[in-house]
Amino acid sequence: MRIEDFDVYKDLLMEKSGLVLTPDKSYLLDSRLTPVAKKWGFETLDKMSAALRGVADPGLIKDIVEAMTTNETSFFRDSRPFDIFRDSIIPSLLEIRATQKRFKIWCAAASSGQEPYSLAMVMKEHAGLTGWNFDITATDISTDILDIAKAGIYSQFEVQRGMPITMLMKYFEQKDEKWHIKDEIKNMVQYKYFNLLDSMASLGKFDIIFCRNVLIYFDKETKAKVLAKMKAQLAPDGYLFLGGAETVIGITNEFVPAQGLRGVYIPAEAAQSAAAPAATQTA
Amino acid sequence: MKSCLVVDDSRVVRKVARRIVEDLGFTCEEAEDGQKAYEQCEQNMPEAILLDWNMPVMNGIDFLHKLREMENGAYPKVVFCTTENDMDHIQRAISGGANEYIMKPFDSEIIETKFKQIGLLES
Repeated sequence: MRIEDFDVYKDLLMEKSGLVLTPDKSYLLDSRLTPVAKKWGFETLDKMSAALRGVADPGLIKDIVEAMTTNETSFFRDSRPFDIFRDSIIPSLLEIRATQKRFKIWCAAASSGQEPYSLAMVMKEHAGLTGWNFDITATDISTDILDIAKAGIYSQFEVQRGMPITMLMKYFEQKDEKWHIKDEIKNMVQYKYFNLLDSMASLGKFDIIFCRNVLIYFDKETKAKVLAKMKAQLAPDGYLFLGGAETVIGITNEFVPAQGLRGVYIPAEAAQSAAAPAATQTA
Repeated sequence: MKSCLVVDDSRVVRKVARRIVEDLGFTCEEAEDGQKAYEQCEQNMPEAILLDWNMPVMNGIDFLHKLREMENGAYPKVVFCTTENDMDHIQRAISGGANEYIMKPFDSEIIETKFKQIGLLES
């Protein structure tokens, strides 16, 4: 790719997503944007770059941004899954785990920690969970990104995306220009390196699995295998969260959509016994 | 249509903010300092106020205090939007009655999610 073309994408991504594209990441442009160019009928990336210099279709720009930011994450990403977790899943667990007063969560693609920390904050805010024990196991395939997650230090831009200011005030400390997540939240999450293609038995059992925006990278057969293995680690009355663009339909019969809870799936057997909680109104 | 008052002494920032809030479906009014914003609120109370901190004549936090004392002054949702990015300013803003706080630089996505969180937009 020519250097002038690199700048076109760099500026576009900065403007549209805040993503900082450094020259060492230029290889990503080729691998991720070639499918976009194909979809929009450009023979080469250069032709797409030329089109971007003129008046570009907003749909094309959106596709480019999405292709380049799939590793991006933010606190309370997409917000709705966290509303569902707070308003429907926690109340359900309060009931079905009332004896144990304990549940376990697995974030299967923890990335730089925003998802597990967001869940930790939701649980900390939930008065009903006082006196309960919970584990959040957060895994990722990149040890570099796990180091960032463990450090729990975020830029101003990162803490603003998706997070209410009251959460920032309560659970972060500002040091120089960076925002450090407080130990009370950090200590709720255990990080581990893990490849989803490996055996999951060593991870133990979970009541809730968050596996959002990971399956999209896999082919159908791998998706089905990963979902089958996850089901073996999930409690029979547990819940699986997938990303907004993901589903089990047409991939596996192991899970079915939980009624009224978008993006949430339950083991097929549980659906038959109608153990799903009623959907509650979300804001 | 809901209205948003953009209060900032920078014409460039007002222009950028106007484009963003209009894209979100708001009508937009502008004011270049807290005093002008106050006078506009006396005429017409908006649903939303995007508020800078440092401005001549009357700054953002003084305007906020005066606004919240006005009759009907509790009605608008106020979102600070300022280069002041320390916890002390954030706390003063929230305890002064601001609903949200944005640290510049901002983009349309940040404004949109903040507006959703405080109920100015459907989520």
